[in-house]
Amino acid sequence: MEKKNLKAWLYLLPALLFLGAFMVYPLIDVFIYSFEEGYNFASQTYSGVGIYNYSYVLHDPYFLQAVKNTFLLVIITVPLSTGLALLISVGLSSIKPLKELYQTIYFLPYVTNTLAVGLVFMVLFKKTPYTDGLVNLFLSWFGAGPVDFIDGPYWAKMFVLCFYTIWIVLPFKILILTSALASVKEDYYKAAKVDGTSRLRIFTKITLPMISPMIFYLVITGFIGAFKAYSDSVALFGTDLNAAGMNTIVGYVYDMLYGDSGGYPSYASAAAIILFAIVLTITCINLLVSRKHVHYE
Amino acid sequence: MEKQLEYNKIQKSAKLHRTLRNIVTYALLTFWALVVLFPFYWMLLTSVKSYSSYNAEYIPSFFTLSPTLQNYKDAFTSVPLGKYLGNTVIFAVVTTAVMVVVITLSAFAFARLKFRGRSLVFTLFLSLMMIPNELVVITNFVTITNMDLRNTFTGLILPSVTSVFYIYLLKENFEQVPDELYRAAKVDGTSDLKYLCKVLIPICRPTLITIIILKIIECWNSYVWPRLITDDPNYYLVSNGIQEIRENGFGRENIPAMMAAVVVISVPLIVLFLIFRKKIMAGVARGGTKG
Repeated sequence: MEKKNLKAWLYLLPALLFLGAFMVYPLIDVFIYSFEEGYNFASQTYSGVGIYNYSYVLHDPYFLQAVKNTFLLVIITVPLSTGLALLISVGLSSIKPLKELYQTIYFLPYVTNTLAVGLVFMVLFKKTPYTDGLVNLFLSWFGAGPVDFIDGPYWAKMFVLCFYTIWIVLPFKILILTSALASVKEDYYKAAKVDGTSRLRIFTKITLPMISPMIFYLVITGFIGAFKAYSDSVALFGTDLNAAGMNTIVGYVYDMLYGDSGGYPSYASAAAIILFAIVLTITCINLLVSRKHVHYE
Repeated sequence: MEKQLEYNKIQKSAKLHRTLRNIVTYALLTFWALVVLFPFYWMLLTSVKSYSSYNAEYIPSFFTLSPTLQNYKDAFTSVPLGKYLGNTVIFAVVTTAVMVVVITLSAFAFARLKFRGRSLVFTLFLSLMMIPNELVVITNFVTITNMDLRNTFTGLILPSVTSVFYIYLLKENFEQVPDELYRAAKVDGTSDLKYLCKVLIPICRPTLITIIILKIIECWNSYVWPRLITDDPNYYLVSNGIQEIRENGFGRENIPAMMAAVVVISVPLIVLFLIFRKKIMAGVARGGTKG
């Protein structure tokens, strides 16, 4: 038995080592960092222990801007993308010809490099001295004036960021919802049809409750994912997000850690923990709400 | 007679309704398909426009009559795109290979070997899934910097060679293989390792392939960690490479060459996706998220 024990641990050893070194230890360490005041990266010394790092971060205008951007992004993209995905999935499940083709196309953004395709979006939306860009061409057909979506007003930049985020996250949501819709038993629909139920009623009284666990799952993962938004913003506005005013909380963490404004792991840790606290709170609220509204079989 | 007429009328209106609904559905689906496809079309189109003709278009045109491959030549010669691609391939292959070994060994231990504390350790592993990457990346950055591993492949690869989720996925799959096979192998005197390689892995190959593909996609698109760990362009991966190209590559105005680079970076994954479409979609549905 002893020998067998030893052997099993030997099989687990690589995973234990890697997880220990790069997940468990950092998790403890990040809390320690966040309380070490005046930490110096070069000499690895600190002057005291306290909550100064948190108060610095919470008073930093860049952080507040990042929080505002992130919350706006979350509030706009999560409901919109979930609703749009639901609409598209319902449409997809009601057709037969070309269904696979549509599914394949819709999935494409999932397998693209966020940074690379973000450049294409930048080109589409950007207004330069040489050209107004394609989106402005569309706008001009409707008589709307040219807007610089990349270096222009805040709402325009926010619009592009939300649009690109939705474009990126939809494939996953459509995939989950189409398989959820396909798993609703045909019998329920048949019974409703016999009773002469209207389509709208079938949708709200049968389909929605049956797939509500999956919608809820998407809302939770959507919230978590949107709170961690970062690379979409970099793809559109470049690496200096603070200058563009489009930084996100995660972006703030990385900027504090490294780059032109970097070298402050303590501030980065404090900001990361604040982000984690926000995400945890929102997820708990979601769970509480779902108890009332989600139908589990 | 009257009733028959009535019935026909109802049937006709129902049919009209159905057709109308179908038209609306297809119109909606096609619209979104166009929104998805358009950026891809635009990058292909722009990448074959010549620099001068692109900049001469104040109003962008939707097609070109004189396609050129010059931009692709530029993408490989005036910026080290080939180097970025090579780095990414090395990174993706080594990371995935090491990860597969690590997760197979632990999944096997959890699924087949009996040892004290097994369920406790497994629960601890699962709870690690909840830890967001953003929390641990800070210390990892410090660790790798202190180990002098910045701008090395080791530093790039080390933190991403384990995945609790994939261990879990593989363990579930291993457990579906009937116990009898294991006992039979034991009676024959087969060692655990041999049983794992000769029996379990071949049986569970579909799951392993799914895991490998998903991991390669993840590696190909990873941006944050490589950006933190490399500032020497010799070690840039494609994501950082494209960012570098954007900020100081061809000069900001050479959009066509930039788009050629984007096409080169995007094509491998799209090809991989079209080949393994079913596997990828099933795998993502089981537990992928975009992140």
